[in-house]
Amino acid sequence: MALTALRAMVRKDLQLFFSDRKAVIMSFAAPILIASFFGSVFSSAGNGAAAGIPIMIANQDNGVISQSIVAAIRADKTLGVTLTTPDSAREAVRQGKVTVSVLIPRGFGDAAGLAFFNGQNKPELNLLYDPSHTAELGMVRGMLMGHVIEAVIKAARPDAPPMTAPFTVKEEPGMADPNAGYNAYAHSFAGMGIQFLLFAAIDLGIGILLERQRGLWKRLRSAPLSKGALLGGKAVSGMLITLLTLLVSFTFAIVVFKVRIAGSVPGFLMVAAATALMASNFGLLIAALGRTPGATRGVSILATLMMVMLGGAWIPTFFFPSWLQKATVVVPTRWAIDGIDAMTWRGIGFSGAVLPTAVLVGFAALFGGIAVWQFRWEES
Amino acid sequence: MLQVKNLRKTYGDIVAVDGVSLSLAPGQLLGLLGPNGAGKTTTVSMIAGLVTPDGGEVMVGGAPLVGDTNPLKRKIGLVPQDLALYDELCPTDNLRFFGGLYGMHGNALAVAIKNVLELVGLADRARDAVKNFSGGMKRRLNLAAGLLHDPDILLLDEPTVGVDPQSRNAIFENLELLKSRGKALLYTTHYMEEVERMADRVVVIDHGKVIADNTLAGLLASVPPKPGEKPSLEAVFLTLTGRSLRD
Repeated sequence: MALTALRAMVRKDLQLFFSDRKAVIMSFAAPILIASFFGSVFSSAGNGAAAGIPIMIANQDNGVISQSIVAAIRADKTLGVTLTTPDSAREAVRQGKVTVSVLIPRGFGDAAGLAFFNGQNKPELNLLYDPSHTAELGMVRGMLMGHVIEAVIKAARPDAPPMTAPFTVKEEPGMADPNAGYNAYAHSFAGMGIQFLLFAAIDLGIGILLERQRGLWKRLRSAPLSKGALLGGKAVSGMLITLLTLLVSFTFAIVVFKVRIAGSVPGFLMVAAATALMASNFGLLIAALGRTPGATRGVSILATLMMVMLGGAWIPTFFFPSWLQKATVVVPTRWAIDGIDAMTWRGIGFSGAVLPTAVLVGFAALFGGIAVWQFRWEES
Repeated sequence: MLQVKNLRKTYGDIVAVDGVSLSLAPGQLLGLLGPNGAGKTTTVSMIAGLVTPDGGEVMVGGAPLVGDTNPLKRKIGLVPQDLALYDELCPTDNLRFFGGLYGMHGNALAVAIKNVLELVGLADRARDAVKNFSGGMKRRLNLAAGLLHDPDILLLDEPTVGVDPQSRNAIFENLELLKSRGKALLYTTHYMEEVERMADRVVVIDHGKVIADNTLAGLLASVPPKPGEKPSLEAVFLTLTGRSLRD
């Protein structure tokens, strides 16, 4: 009988979920839209060098060396160069239109040529930079260094062959799968998928509170069912709905943004299922600790946003300071996102899913245990 | 069919129900009357298993009703005061869910749904969303949900609140039919005329205690009417419970 009741509870909750078409569309469309946005932003950030760092050069030196430096910089594909006056160059940085402006003073080339060989009276190359782009400043500084030295040597020894680095570099992603690489879409869909999965869990918890408020819980309690069966039914339907939310998002990411599950598909599904179980028990916890639906929703959304922020859903945890990276292991979403990252762009095999799954199941047990303990069973 | 013995329930210092006893036979409708806060709903909640009594016991068919999963709970049907329905679903889906809670499924469930919808006059609206129903239709569906698993005892907690006379009359006819089929009905209400029309026996409780338990005729005889007044249950009720306002 308990199985029939469980099936009835799950079917009813799925019917209620799908009966609100606007909510269903929002449940699936919102994470896809936001994840696509974040994926696009972080993809662009990763490909910033290829797109060309925007810089301005104000060359006040008409010497051969300076002309050669400017020509080399302009030929560099990693930089998007505009020639201008010193005032315009300063203004462009101030307004954030370019990342760096290079001011080459009069006589710079000749002075640099002399200083290169005698090490004295080094001329000053003025770099104006946008403080919000310090990483690009370092890149531009390194490139300028190379182009200036090359131009000075070429001017001193015109017959010498072009200077090249005395070594070559082999670069490859340090991933289990050598063809894998960081995929901003994979990460953003993991993050946003989990955020909206938790929002679905909030709806589950609020739904229970509304059922209580509307007297429906009385019908459930008057049936010959155990407390475990009642909460278990809610947990199963919550898990199915939240899992569906996550899987629909990821299917979109796979089809549209070519996100690959480079690790293990069973591992991915295992982490996703454990995440959904954790989320649905989080929903039960909300129902157990909440009093009124309105007040509970506000607190739950705040708690969820904290969890997804600290879990690295918005910004990958590798951007976090090291102390925060260590501290956030107590946040379940961190394990969910790391687990999905491991199965997608990191390309780690099934073994990489075991620990995140175990930790997520542990969080699910903790949330579920507190929910059963704190749930108000008595109906007045 | 149903025996309630010395039921007691307290909430902190407040004694909600204080030694309530009553009994209900098959084919009988027992009217449970009391002012607001008298302990009617708490009593019904304890019988239905929603609230654990601090003392006393509920017996169904001579056996104690204890525990969440006790099969005897199948013998009880609850019609709560709230419209305990899913507005987003149709009556069929509502009833399919409530039947599932009692282990009903398949053809047996389909037949039971058809029968109760016909009984309450909603067979032609079986697939319409409940949110589009009138208050009276919802009340009738609320009754159908309590009857679906064919319980021997029906607990009705103010089942006619806020309904139009037509739906109210339809509910009365349903209850009279159920009585004739041998169902035992426990009926709480504030409407004296409902009890006068249908009750075989009346229990009045106040401040958590039973202050009267008699047939309607017996109750009317126990309090003589004032000169020039016809005997009425309302006059008896006010005499027993006083005229002071209750929260």
